[in-house]
Amino acid sequence: MTPGTRDLLSARQLHVTFPGRGGRPDAKGVDGVDLDVESGEILALVGESGCGKTTLARSLLGLEKPSGGEVSYDGSSLAYDTRSLRSYRRRVQLVMQDPSGALNPRHSVYESVAEGLRIHRVVDAKRTAGEQVTETELVSRALSQAGLRPPERFFLNYPHELSGGQRQRVVIAGALAVEPEVIVADEPVSSLDASIRGEILALLLKLRDELGLSVLVVTHDLGLAWNIADRIAVMYLGRIVEVGTTEEVLSSPRHPYTRALLSVVPEIDQIEPIVLHGETPDPTRMPSGCRFHPRCPALLDGTAAEAGIEADCTSRQLPVLTAGGDHRAACWLPGRL
Amino acid sequence: MALLEIDDLRVTYRASSGDMPAVRGVTLSVATGETVGIAGESGCGKSTLASTVLRLQPKNAEVGGTVLLDGQDVQTMRWGHLRAMRWNDAAIVFQGALHSLNPVQRIGDQIAEPIRLHDASVSKAQAAARVGELLEQVGLPSARAAAYPHQLSGGQKQRIMIALALACRPRLIVADEPTTALDVMVQAQVLDLLTDLVHDLGLGLLLISHDLSVLGTTCDRVLVMYAGRVVEEGPADRLFDHPLHPYGGALAAAFPRVGDPVARFAPIGLPGDPPDPRDLPPGCAFHPRCALGTDICTRTDPALEPLGIDRQVACLHADEGRDMKLLLAQRVAQRSQERLAQRAEATS
Amino acid sequence: MSAAEAADVPRLTPRQVTWRRRKDSFGRSWAEFSRHRSGLLGLTVLTFFALVALLAPVLADSDGLSRTTAAGEVLAAPTADYWLGTDEYGRSVLTLLIHGARVSLLVGLLATVISMVLGTVIGIASGFLGGRIQALLFRLTEWFLVIPFLPLALVLATLLGGSLGTVAFVIGVTTWPGTALLIRSQTLSIKERPYMERARVLGASKWHLMTHHIMPNVMPMVFANTTLTVAGAILTETTLSFLGFGDPNRVSWGTMLDSAFSNGALTLGAWWFLFPPGICVVLVVLAFTLVGQALEEVFNPRLRERS
Repeated sequence: MTPGTRDLLSARQLHVTFPGRGGRPDAKGVDGVDLDVESGEILALVGESGCGKTTLARSLLGLEKPSGGEVSYDGSSLAYDTRSLRSYRRRVQLVMQDPSGALNPRHSVYESVAEGLRIHRVVDAKRTAGEQVTETELVSRALSQAGLRPPERFFLNYPHELSGGQRQRVVIAGALAVEPEVIVADEPVSSLDASIRGEILALLLKLRDELGLSVLVVTHDLGLAWNIADRIAVMYLGRIVEVGTTEEVLSSPRHPYTRALLSVVPEIDQIEPIVLHGETPDPTRMPSGCRFHPRCPALLDGTAAEAGIEADCTSRQLPVLTAGGDHRAACWLPGRL
Repeated sequence: MALLEIDDLRVTYRASSGDMPAVRGVTLSVATGETVGIAGESGCGKSTLASTVLRLQPKNAEVGGTVLLDGQDVQTMRWGHLRAMRWNDAAIVFQGALHSLNPVQRIGDQIAEPIRLHDASVSKAQAAARVGELLEQVGLPSARAAAYPHQLSGGQKQRIMIALALACRPRLIVADEPTTALDVMVQAQVLDLLTDLVHDLGLGLLLISHDLSVLGTTCDRVLVMYAGRVVEEGPADRLFDHPLHPYGGALAAAFPRVGDPVARFAPIGLPGDPPDPRDLPPGCAFHPRCALGTDICTRTDPALEPLGIDRQVACLHADEGRDMKLLLAQRVAQRSQERLAQRAEATS
Repeated sequence: MSAAEAADVPRLTPRQVTWRRRKDSFGRSWAEFSRHRSGLLGLTVLTFFALVALLAPVLADSDGLSRTTAAGEVLAAPTADYWLGTDEYGRSVLTLLIHGARVSLLVGLLATVISMVLGTVIGIASGFLGGRIQALLFRLTEWFLVIPFLPLALVLATLLGGSLGTVAFVIGVTTWPGTALLIRSQTLSIKERPYMERARVLGASKWHLMTHHIMPNVMPMVFANTTLTVAGAILTETTLSFLGFGDPNRVSWGTMLDSAFSNGALTLGAWWFLFPPGICVVLVVLAFTLVGQALEEVFNPRLRERS
């Protein structure tokens, strides 16, 4: 943990298992994760589809009840009764992938942004505390913070009248309205046009700089992580396989999976492309030992054999990577853990 | 003679609410064995352009200019000839192809369909053999022909779409956003596949994407489209490394080089939105969002002009020596510094 | 943004915002609706009948309904005094028709209100709430749907006696399942939409989700369905009255048809007694159907997005 910061949102030994239907085996969405999101940092949770990153994000939001382990916020464990969850919602908010679907087409921008305020009766609470504010002021402020200026111009618009980038800003404004401390952004720019991505990413950075928000960005895009993330956690098949600062992980990746991912990003030319074969395996059928071993280039090209760890790769389960500041990878190759 | 020659293509959609010029004069060519990329975002006209190659544009689209496939004008050929040409000479992999498969039909039957439509004499066994051959060509086991679409992953479905396109041995393939919505690893696999096919089968490939980095590594030449026009053209790798048009620079910067210090904590985007084709700004269509825009840009619409070796740019301020990506990054840094200074002033 | 610019932009209160929004939305819907000529035609016909029903006492003296003080000849053909002839008591058929409009429309509307309220509440609840409640409600809906409608209506009408309210109740109680199923399936699809998840993350309770998100999205369909339900309700009231289960003390188009038939209007060739109520029912039902169909097209998923 970097000195001077505190762990805001944490997961410890988190397991989320989806029971199999009709006799099929259970799917292990999250299979043992320790993770910390520090205050004022942007953490990128990187992985391909099916790796469990969305499930992990949803568990951190309290939308999925863990089958094992715990989620804690600011030191206290998350309780799943209605009242606790409700107050938790004011601390941690979500920005979803598709802004067109995330906004109710029958609600105006004003109503969409004011929704959180109304649910939590924020205006009343503030008035009781002595602050004289109106709902309109809070909505304006949220829209301005999200970059829609002048905010009044957008009050009466409907989602279908706005562009993709504007819609995403409205979603962000809606999240900002309840004054959270952490924002979980699930693929925030993947459905937006290329030239708009930068604007939304710049907005997230601005929110971190000016409001001190922490952001957990769930994405498959390493370039995005390079753009805005302080730290990266790479996920594969329900576990975090590498964690560290962005510079560390992307300049000198330690896990063979991270190396492979990095190598195929079109903008990289330092590393020879390592195109992995096959598809990501099924979370209902975990490989034995290291879960990456069936596709691991290090195992296939003999590096693992040279290091004498071949047996470990295929049969010995790796420990869960502890959360914390050092750059570590869940791999039996020497020096990774 | 090139495989595909498009000359001054203009496509306007006629509607009661007004005409919408989707493509405003695009010229390009694709030769056998060549991969040409079109980079652009939604609304720039790239999908409309793709549809004209097989005359698949909607009925209310008015087409000007010529689209020559193997020297024959696709837009004016007779219906019978067009039917024979479609899929046989040129095929298209559509955007959103993942949803284009019939969910209640087996894969093998869907791939066999165009084969048997074009040649009624082909027997079921012959078609099945060809299907097996195609599946192997795209890297899938031939046994997959018995599967239904829902049993396949996104990457596998995309390969099926490519196999479908190859069914009648076309010489040209148009791929519209073939890797959007795919994971980066699967994207790499699909792009490798396309590159191998172009090489092994001697195809011509027209690749359309909004991800300039993908085009930069896969294509020979790239054209950047904005508001129905080509604003920049050149060899793919040089265009991606060193874009000359401000919009090309923004597209290139949107997918930064991992490890590039310039891009660290400096995401680059463009303010505003792509223009409504019905209501284009006067002068240069890009000027409202341009970092280099000056007064003259509001009055004059720049034409595509050669600049340097084998490059063309449509910009009144184009300069061969200018690194647009660096310039945009500097602008971003400058703006944020100004903002910090403003706030410091405000609080002091 | 400069201070001068800020002053130009009007500051709106939330209520003004909602009002403005409703006005704009209505204006848009109306513009879309008026493009359907069939819908406009239906609306015109309905307006005509609605005015007739409202102004009934003005247009035709209600004394004309009394059987005892009827002055005309029995079952006489139309004359200058009696434009549509007389019924079996010598009352003016035209008077009966005008007042009958009131009853038919009133019962139809009342029945529809009952049906729609029941159908919407049960539909949303069974679509949205999980577990045993929804299973129970769904079974209930299916059960009611499967029961042959007319026998059930007749049994209820017999048990409860024939009065306006009862007839409306009977119709309402037997027609809600269709609406409920429609609303339920709509609710099920809305439940999965991303904005529902967003609302949940914002902290919304189930009640909030149902009233703020599901209802507004379901209402357009409810609205369009309502007009079609009214048509059915009026037809049903006519049927019930024709079969003799209506209110004997009131005149509706259905009771007129019943009287006409039972008094041998067919054999006597008393077309002025037989046709007008039937034609009126057909016109009103047709008008409601046209309006309903036009409304359905207006409220269909609008794909007027940019990009």
